[in-house]
Amino acid sequence: MSGKILEISNLDVHFTTPDCDVHAVKDLHLEVREAECLGVVGESGSGKSQAFLAAIGLLSGNGRASGSVKYRGQEILGQSQRALNRFRGSKITMIFQDPLTSLTPHMTIGAQLVETLCVHLRLPRDEAAKRALEVLELVRIPEGRRRMSQFPHELSGGMRQRVMIAMGVVCGPDLLIADEPTTALDVTVQAEILEIMRDLKDELKTSIVLVSHDMGVIAGMADRVAVMRGGEIVETGPVDEIYYAPKHGYTRMLLEAVPRLDLGDQSAQSKVKELPPDAQPILKVDDLRVHFPVAEGWRTKDLRAVDGVSFYLREGEALGIVGESGCGKSSLARALLKLLPKTDGAVLWLGRDLGRLDGEELRKLRRDFQIVFQDPLASLDPRMTVGESIAEPLRSLKPHLSREEIRRCVRDMMDQVGLEPAWINRYPHEFSGGQNQRVGVARAMIVEPKLVICDEAVSALDASIQRQMVDLIRELQSEFDMSLIFISHDLSVVRQIAHRVMVLYLGRIVELADRDVIYGDPRHPYTKALLSAVPIPDPKLERAKKRVRLTGELPSPLDSRAPLVFLKSKAIDDPEAVQYRPKLIEVAPGHLVAEHDAVT
Amino acid sequence: MTVTDIGSDSAALMIRAQDVQGRSLWVDAWQRLLKNRAAVVSMIVLGTIAVLAILAPWLSQYSYDFQDYAVTSCAPNWWNEPGICNAGGTHWFGTDSLGRDLFVRVLFGARVSLAVGLVATLVSLMIGVLYGATAGYLGGRVDGVMMRLVDVLYSLPFIFFVIILMVVFHRNFYLLFVAIGAVEWLTMARIVRGQTLSIKQKEFIEAARAAGVGSLGIIRRHVIPNVLGPVIVYVTLTIPAVILAESFLSFLGLGIADPLTSWGVLIADGTAQMENCPWLLIFPCAFMTATLFCFNFIGDGLRDALDPKDR
Repeated sequence: MSGKILEISNLDVHFTTPDCDVHAVKDLHLEVREAECLGVVGESGSGKSQAFLAAIGLLSGNGRASGSVKYRGQEILGQSQRALNRFRGSKITMIFQDPLTSLTPHMTIGAQLVETLCVHLRLPRDEAAKRALEVLELVRIPEGRRRMSQFPHELSGGMRQRVMIAMGVVCGPDLLIADEPTTALDVTVQAEILEIMRDLKDELKTSIVLVSHDMGVIAGMADRVAVMRGGEIVETGPVDEIYYAPKHGYTRMLLEAVPRLDLGDQSAQSKVKELPPDAQPILKVDDLRVHFPVAEGWRTKDLRAVDGVSFYLREGEALGIVGESGCGKSSLARALLKLLPKTDGAVLWLGRDLGRLDGEELRKLRRDFQIVFQDPLASLDPRMTVGESIAEPLRSLKPHLSREEIRRCVRDMMDQVGLEPAWINRYPHEFSGGQNQRVGVARAMIVEPKLVICDEAVSALDASIQRQMVDLIRELQSEFDMSLIFISHDLSVVRQIAHRVMVLYLGRIVELADRDVIYGDPRHPYTKALLSAVPIPDPKLERAKKRVRLTGELPSPLDSRAPLVFLKSKAIDDPEAVQYRPKLIEVAPGHLVAEHDAVT
Repeated sequence: MTVTDIGSDSAALMIRAQDVQGRSLWVDAWQRLLKNRAAVVSMIVLGTIAVLAILAPWLSQYSYDFQDYAVTSCAPNWWNEPGICNAGGTHWFGTDSLGRDLFVRVLFGARVSLAVGLVATLVSLMIGVLYGATAGYLGGRVDGVMMRLVDVLYSLPFIFFVIILMVVFHRNFYLLFVAIGAVEWLTMARIVRGQTLSIKQKEFIEAARAAGVGSLGIIRRHVIPNVLGPVIVYVTLTIPAVILAESFLSFLGLGIADPLTSWGVLIADGTAQMENCPWLLIFPCAFMTATLFCFNFIGDGLRDALDPKDR
């Protein structure tokens, strides 16, 4: 039987804040065995990160830990930082969610790697540099020698996270603790990083603790899983047992809440309301462009956030817009609502060109379209009660209403989105993220708009709450009979709600089709790659899955060749040149696909 | 519909019949401030000094300009020790070289100093908030021009500016307020502009625009309440700076004219006779430093209370 690397018993973590005392981890028992991957899963606030920060002595100043943490039988909890540093960073390493803040900005990648080696293994400099290069190769960073002399900000998020992993494994650790290592990354990048970590485990026999909120990520990686809630472990067991025969109700709830890309047909389809066949388009977008001037040295270049997007939206229809970060989906949403000035093109709302309206007309028209933002807390004024926030559109768009009427409307609306109307005088900071997002939805719905745009409206929420919000939005949509544009990076969530799905890549549409068509028969290589990168919370499927890989990195959107990544045959090899524009081809009725090279 | 969000368990238990009164950020901040011992003590001390200053005319039998030549330059002697200059038990802080009661004069000095501090700060607050919020919200070229003007004014040596004003328009109580306030608003404008710029980019401003709220409404309902926190902190730190500026001007003989007095004037007089009559320096100095300390502690406490994460 393999030995235990880390043994945590009776671990308690308390935080003292000016307002109250928080008991973040309660009497935790956990062990990590040799050469295994332990998945720790839980929703935000479950104490999963704090437990491991406490275990290796990285708690923030107002935290206290008690209990016992043994590394290979040796007690490490409560040891001095000096003693901890002997094995922290070499034998036990940790990688964090945000790779930019965990790398020193003024040191090159190479220097940081070499420093780690020099400090822990006392290698001479040239030997350390050689070893660093090997490790960069191990985490599949191309052109390692050149990368060594680059600074963290010159690398993309995925590359930085690879560097972090490289730093984590460079000294040959026994244990790698990865705290949400892929949460800040796009799905395609996430898939690559997870693959690298899986290979490392097999090659180096390093134990990995993978802390994540994502059941899908854990499914593909972990050998054993611990489920945490409220600072306690509710269930531990081998991965297959947890996923196929969960004993605890909370685990079952978590698994049910995760939208399944593979089961979409069974669970989600029945719930989306059928569109009447004669539904008329209410919104037409024609060749919309949004450019941002970006200074590059002395010249300014246009960053084409939205680069010629055309589509229409029918009454009562839900259109999903999917794309990775930087594809221009948020800029598109804001340009539709005229929160951002468009550079060119037209947005026709019920036949009227929004670009031609003057300020006052536009303000009146805002009754028809509303938006729900991504960050529930940031989109609410912290100095206003939620009642005032919800009432704001009413006050400015329906000024004839009296105070009493407004109050009544707000209460009704709060009831409808599942908030206690008695909370009308409370403030956003007294609510959880999910409740605040309900307030955001209530604010958008209160003027009974004809179109609501949800810009990543559920992305910041835990899976279980995400599920509730999606249900709520769907419910309200059919009740008020409105159209919906649902923007998300998460393909499985979009599947639950949209009639049609549009895939954006660098400001252009690469594929647009009915939901079942796009998930069942994707044609564009980018869509295929996106779909295959989504982790599925099913360990067997996930292990057996074959990925469609994108080669290389996401190119800089300032490079004119960038949009032709999938049509290299037509690209002119000059970053400044005016390039060929891939056309959208209707491969089947209502199924548009951008031109692309045949995939070999 | 049921509410099953995390964190709502305790909230759901609250009484359903009545509206729950939320805790606003202001109430929160106030409660945190009350937990800050230094700030609370400072508020008490400062309150006492303010009350004493307001009640000054009724606290002593002497008026601030009454000269008693029988007891010039008398040390405090409330224990009636025979042998030294006997002013009786009534001149608690002693008297100055003209036989005026120092206790009353210190309190009258407090009146002037605190008034200058408050009024000049208010002047700077009003100019600064309006100017900064406008520049920040409008942004672009307007912002550029407005802030360059501030930069130009910044580069003028402040003290010479005030001295020139005082010389040209003669020493005038009200001019003193205006002169100091007119200089202090520059920093205020910069702070407010910076805050406005960062708040302008927050999502809730975008949400308000999407809700059809006009520019004026946004400034009034969303921008100003949210810049108020840092502004209040800065105000509590400006007051002592203004008091210091006033005493500096008075020390140079450009401030308040005799027989009216301020702490600056008293300290200037006291310094001149530091060797023979130390009490003339010690008492006004003690009051002034106590006041400045208090304002700074309150400012610190407010900053912690308003922004608990930044501690």
